[in-house]
Amino acid sequence: MLLGRGRFTADLTRPGLLHAAFVRSPYAHARVGALGTDAALKADGVVAVLTAASLGHPYLLAMLEREEFVPTPMPILARETVRFTGEPVAVVIADDPYRAEDAIELVEVDWDPLPAVTSIEQAEAPGAPRLHEQADGNRMVDLLMFDDDRLAVIFAEALLTVAATFTSARVAALPLEGRACLAEWDHRDDQLVVHISTQVPHQVRSGIAQALDLPERQIRVIAPDVGGGFGLKCVVGREEVAVAAAALRLRRPVCWAEDRQENLTAAFHGHEQRYRVRAAFDAEGRIRALDAEIDCDTGAYSVFPFTCAVEPLMAATELPGVYKVPAYRARGRAIATNKAPAAPYRGVSRPQIVLVMERLMEKAAAALDLDPLHVRRRNLIGPADFPYTGVNKITYDEGSYREALDLAEEQVRKRAWPAERDLLRENGQLAGIGYSCFSERTAYGTPTMSQRRMRMTPGYDTALVRMDPTGEVIVTTGTCGHGQGHETTFAQIVADRLGVHPDQVRLRQGDTDLASYGWGTWGSRSVVIGGGAAGRAADLVASQLKRVAAELLEARPADVELTEGTARIRGDAAAAIAISELARTVHFQTHRLPEDLRYGLEARATFDPPGTFSNACHAAMVVIDPGTCAIRLHRYLVVEDCGVVINPMVVDGQVRGGVTQGAAAALLERVCFDPDGQPVTTTLMDYLVPTAAEMCDIDIVHLQTPSRFSETGAKGMGEGGTIGAPAAVLGAINDALSEVGVSFDHIPVLPQDLSAALSRAGAAQ
Amino acid sequence: MHHITLRVNGHHHELTVEARRTLADMLRHDLGYTGTHLGCEHGICGACTVILDGQPARACLVFGVQADGAEVRTVEGLANGDQLSDLQQAFSDHHALQCGFCTPGFLMLIEAYLAEAGRDRTLSAEQARGLVASNLCRCTGYQGIVEAVLATAQARQGQDATDTRDAGDAT
Repeated sequence: MLLGRGRFTADLTRPGLLHAAFVRSPYAHARVGALGTDAALKADGVVAVLTAASLGHPYLLAMLEREEFVPTPMPILARETVRFTGEPVAVVIADDPYRAEDAIELVEVDWDPLPAVTSIEQAEAPGAPRLHEQADGNRMVDLLMFDDDRLAVIFAEALLTVAATFTSARVAALPLEGRACLAEWDHRDDQLVVHISTQVPHQVRSGIAQALDLPERQIRVIAPDVGGGFGLKCVVGREEVAVAAAALRLRRPVCWAEDRQENLTAAFHGHEQRYRVRAAFDAEGRIRALDAEIDCDTGAYSVFPFTCAVEPLMAATELPGVYKVPAYRARGRAIATNKAPAAPYRGVSRPQIVLVMERLMEKAAAALDLDPLHVRRRNLIGPADFPYTGVNKITYDEGSYREALDLAEEQVRKRAWPAERDLLRENGQLAGIGYSCFSERTAYGTPTMSQRRMRMTPGYDTALVRMDPTGEVIVTTGTCGHGQGHETTFAQIVADRLGVHPDQVRLRQGDTDLASYGWGTWGSRSVVIGGGAAGRAADLVASQLKRVAAELLEARPADVELTEGTARIRGDAAAAIAISELARTVHFQTHRLPEDLRYGLEARATFDPPGTFSNACHAAMVVIDPGTCAIRLHRYLVVEDCGVVINPMVVDGQVRGGVTQGAAAALLERVCFDPDGQPVTTTLMDYLVPTAAEMCDIDIVHLQTPSRFSETGAKGMGEGGTIGAPAAVLGAINDALSEVGVSFDHIPVLPQDLSAALSRAGAAQ
Repeated sequence: MHHITLRVNGHHHELTVEARRTLADMLRHDLGYTGTHLGCEHGICGACTVILDGQPARACLVFGVQADGAEVRTVEGLANGDQLSDLQQAFSDHHALQCGFCTPGFLMLIEAYLAEAGRDRTLSAEQARGLVASNLCRCTGYQGIVEAVLATAQARQGQDATDTRDAGDAT
């Protein structure tokens, strides 16, 4: 990668390679009339122009087996109606990408614009335009997840009820590499081979198979190097299926590399949510009841395979978080709007639910004149409570919720943040410190995922560990890393068990012909599930090795140790044999061994855990210039507990990257539309992702509470940074503004929000 | 179509390109230097940064024809065979990359800056952060990249001091 030898999808080339470019809707909502393709077909280099009709109306259908779910098939190319600006209606295939783009201008479409729905409020208004005939009130899912008869009484008798509305803007995952694919028909193997920048190769295979009506064996999906995903690439895109369909139709290789404008407008978004919440508290600040109406603006279609329910289900199920909530009601809805569909972007609803719970704690503390950290402590699931089964029916395994908060507070004091804040305030700046306490449910296997009732229920993963005749190891998994350092971490897990050096272990992932059916990399699942499967398979191979060594050294298998490339007999310093010699013997002299030890060194194992909770406490300090209203992230601390840390550098890298995305969601990022549904954040000059100048150093302190639900004691941790940062940063902003009597319940908080609020506060005084 | 010649990483190339073809596309698809990546194609992310006649340049904003007669360095020209350059090694040591897509752009940006700044200048942490702010990374949070810049600048400064001493001894 450092040498420029990475192999990303758009780096691939083939003789006679064709290039796809999409004709996209200029309207947020419109009827599609006649499509004129003659002029485009006559253009230089154009080989084909494909439409919904010419492809036979293929579509992707994501399904939830629930009555409250309204299916919304997503056509590969729109047929009669387009439902967001950028929705593809045709694809031009040409011999050159520039010529393909030239020709999309020549495709004539009769558009008949319809009124657009661009917000939750508009979508639920009486008489609102309907996106899908079958979706009443534009509700694609509407779930009352929890209810409690006692709520009315508890609220009636409560000393304090905090009621508020919290919102978070629509954001873009924005991996630096956009989506890309190259599909080709292999004449020899009678197989469609799709190279694609994805987190989920097997689900891409399933999606293409379902959309194009092919058996899965006839499709091979390969993810080469993937330039970031963050959830954008854990769903299947219609453009990718269209390119596969074109390659199948034309029997020629076809590629497509999304440009940034397409990525910002026509790929997937996420995190646009509204929480209308009531919480009852007693005089000591203990929460007595929680009642939430959760609405997620999930755009025009359900994404494959997760569906539009992924955000509302996660939010309604996990809202109580790390706090002991005795009575709970939650309703979660996915609302269809004329915007690009939402995919499960890093954190999936948890950045929002953590923000909601932390703001409730802060609001209760303010109303009761208590220290907000003490209010949190009174409500946190404590060390003696584990395993704790919450009102949301979730069982939380051991964590360090209270210890993390105590340690964060201690570290903040030790680093003299409060003194620095006071000094900054004396110098005329607005400065504040905020905290967030949270847990991150990771590595959900099918025992947990099945509760969602997805038609395609993810969760398990399978690994194959093979030792070759030279004693080197190849591991295949269905997980599919893309920057998380799986090559290193998985090698460590396997090497430890086989007694070889991690450099001798090679991970092969992202190829559906090599790996058993698996669920890819998302949801902080890979190290626990994929790594767990690899660990189990490695144990089986280690056991084979020990029996072979015992046979050759005339010892008992139980006395064999595998370490530093050698099998040794405990208590007999002289008895040793190189692991490479064992491997050579099993492969090349297998007849010397008893029958049950012959024929190769390999094992396959699957892992399907219920899931395990990592946890953390974040602390942030911001400084606001009262003149410009610029908000600067000044200091950041993470106390995190992901159980056993297998590779500290990888873990810290995930934390820092996650915090950066989460902090940006609180300070910078939002996808915007005009009232007609035209996206206005279409370049990186409008959609602001943080540069190094907007970030500060992020200090990390580790706690380690090993998980009983993972093979290695490790817990997932890929999303925690993104989950905890918005609440901590918002808390810091509100702390900074506490002296001027202003606070916010939405993200991002932009300088213009501050300016307006400060003017109002000034006018009021 | 235009006939142009240029040198890339010391290798001479002659080719015919359309006027509208970007330097990035030309390097990647006509000459095979696919280490140069395209992240936005409008000059913001910097993933396509190459060194054009000694200056860091966004290859997506330069037409291939503008590089006629130029000396271009890409990420493929940084290492000595498989031997990582000091900057590349520092990226590895400081976990300055995750997915690696933005990495070539950062390497070329920083390499050009450090060469231009001269090795005798001390780089502050703030300056390093300002430099790194030229490009976008979505994975790392930048801390490792800033550390790699500082470590490389410091090592080169030390190297310079040694070179100077050695030169002094010789005279």
